[in-house]
Amino acid sequence: MHRFLDHHFYLCDMHRRLSEKVLAVLLLIFSYTAYAQHDESHAEEATGKTKKEEIKEYIQHHLKDSHDFSIGSYTNKEGEHVYIGFPLPVILWDEGLKVFSSSQFHHGETVAQAGGNYYKLYHNKIYRTDAAGTISYDEEHHPTNVKPLDLSITKSVLMIIITGILMFLLFRGLARSYTTNGGIAKGIGRFFEPIVLYIRDDIAIPNIGAKHYGKYMPYLLTIFFFIWFLNIFGLTPLGVNVTGNIAITFALALLTFLITNLTANKNYWMHIFWMPGVPWPMKIILAPIELLGVFIKPFSLLIRLYANMQAGHIVLMSLIGLMFIFKSWIGSPLSFGLAFAISLIEVLVAVLQAYIFTMLSALYFGFAVEEHDHEEAH
Amino acid sequence: MEKLLEEFSLGLFIWQTVLFVLLLLLLRKYAWKPILNAVNDREEGIKNALASAEEAKKEMQNITADNDRILKEARAERENLLKEARQIKDKIIADAKDEAQVQADKLIQQAKEAFETEKQAAVAELKKQVATLSVDIAEKVVREELGNKDKQLKLVEDMLGEATLN
Amino acid sequence: MEIPAIVGAGLVVIGVGLGIGRIGGSAMEAIARQPEAYGKIQTAMLIAAALIEGIGFAALFAV
Repeated sequence: MHRFLDHHFYLCDMHRRLSEKVLAVLLLIFSYTAYAQHDESHAEEATGKTKKEEIKEYIQHHLKDSHDFSIGSYTNKEGEHVYIGFPLPVILWDEGLKVFSSSQFHHGETVAQAGGNYYKLYHNKIYRTDAAGTISYDEEHHPTNVKPLDLSITKSVLMIIITGILMFLLFRGLARSYTTNGGIAKGIGRFFEPIVLYIRDDIAIPNIGAKHYGKYMPYLLTIFFFIWFLNIFGLTPLGVNVTGNIAITFALALLTFLITNLTANKNYWMHIFWMPGVPWPMKIILAPIELLGVFIKPFSLLIRLYANMQAGHIVLMSLIGLMFIFKSWIGSPLSFGLAFAISLIEVLVAVLQAYIFTMLSALYFGFAVEEHDHEEAH
Repeated sequence: MEKLLEEFSLGLFIWQTVLFVLLLLLLRKYAWKPILNAVNDREEGIKNALASAEEAKKEMQNITADNDRILKEARAERENLLKEARQIKDKIIADAKDEAQVQADKLIQQAKEAFETEKQAAVAELKKQVATLSVDIAEKVVREELGNKDKQLKLVEDMLGEATLN
Repeated sequence: MEIPAIVGAGLVVIGVGLGIGRIGGSAMEAIARQPEAYGKIQTAMLIAAALIEGIGFAALFAV
């Protein structure tokens, strides 16, 4: 147990560490320019917070969900932090529904009061505190305060709603254009129709089979466009990171898992628990492995999407951050060029991850409804 | 791993699940089904159109083949008819010739016969007339001879003299 | 001296990278040899790559 906690302490903030790693690697690449900037960073250290730390914090903040929609912040002449953005509603379930605006938190600086309870934002999480806003910590510096069920409309939830509305309008429009335009897509639908057809002809039918693919099509289409759109939104200056959030990818993978296992036929379960075509001792060995596979498949789905989006954001933001660290004529354009190149790659990754998620979901559905008589194939 | 669990926000998870399922159901009803149906219909339509075009082409080919066949048949028929007609014509001509020949022969025969008959009749008549004439002449002669007694007697004597008793 | 877990994770990631690289390379070769089997090769490649990738994630997140 002690080892475990030790371990936990050691890794208390993966994001920070991941961004640290990326930064370290990039610093290595740019070491000579960094050397040139040595004096300045020394000067900053004197003020308490180095630029590097500031950027790290900024990246870390960006990667997380937040209770207000802020695009950026700056420090004005009076030394106050000014946030550009707007607050979002906070909805808490803490012995009754509590609804208030996130502006009450003042970005974690003050305590919000709602229905006789006091709440404080600490590391993007809401804790119940006393009027003074004291947060007590355990030995690993984890708050021990009560954490109410947070059903707030956070930045991510808002983006999900916006994406949902956008998708609905877009594809409803496409569906309508067929009836009004004599079976031919019109406007922006002309761009999306081939993609819909691609998902049907190159993802669903080859993996699921022409017989069963119909019932999975709505899910595959929805999940593809949902992930793709949110990935693309993540690359905009809006600064949202929805698909790089473990709760989101978990929810998506859970749906794939549920659909796979709830629509699975007898054949699928037989292949898991009593693999045909192998001697019986092997069957006993294979059953737990196969059963584990049932859970590993959606787990890898959720981790893959999360890690890819997270990593993309960290690399991109670190490169942008480097521009402010190397204020030299060679370092900044170089990191700008790199950031630009990575942005282009990220556009590709955005569609690739959506494609892979959809593709693998289709593949798993295909396993679930497969009907084969050729036992020797396994 | 622990970090991931710590970062996991139940509220966000609930929102995501609810909103996504809602989006899925709405899109399924109002977008995906109409889109997929429209696309399917269109593809089906194109397939049918192509099939019917193919059918029409085949039909066309059949018709052309039929036409050719019919033309050929008609040509053959015409040939046949012409040939037959020619044969018939030849036959008719030949027949007519034969008939004419026969008829002519018959007519000639008849003519010959008639001529013969006429000739015989004429000969007979002539004979008769000659006989009559002869008799008349003989009568006249006889009458003259017998007009006077001397002559009669003389005749008798001549005759008797001619008719010598051998 | 204890070797930090992240070193192990790094080693795993190197292995995963090599593995996925090999899969990608082999798939390219296979596609070049049989362009008509593109779809099947791609699917098989993605499955294999996804399985190996899973190990990489496990290593990264286990640290």
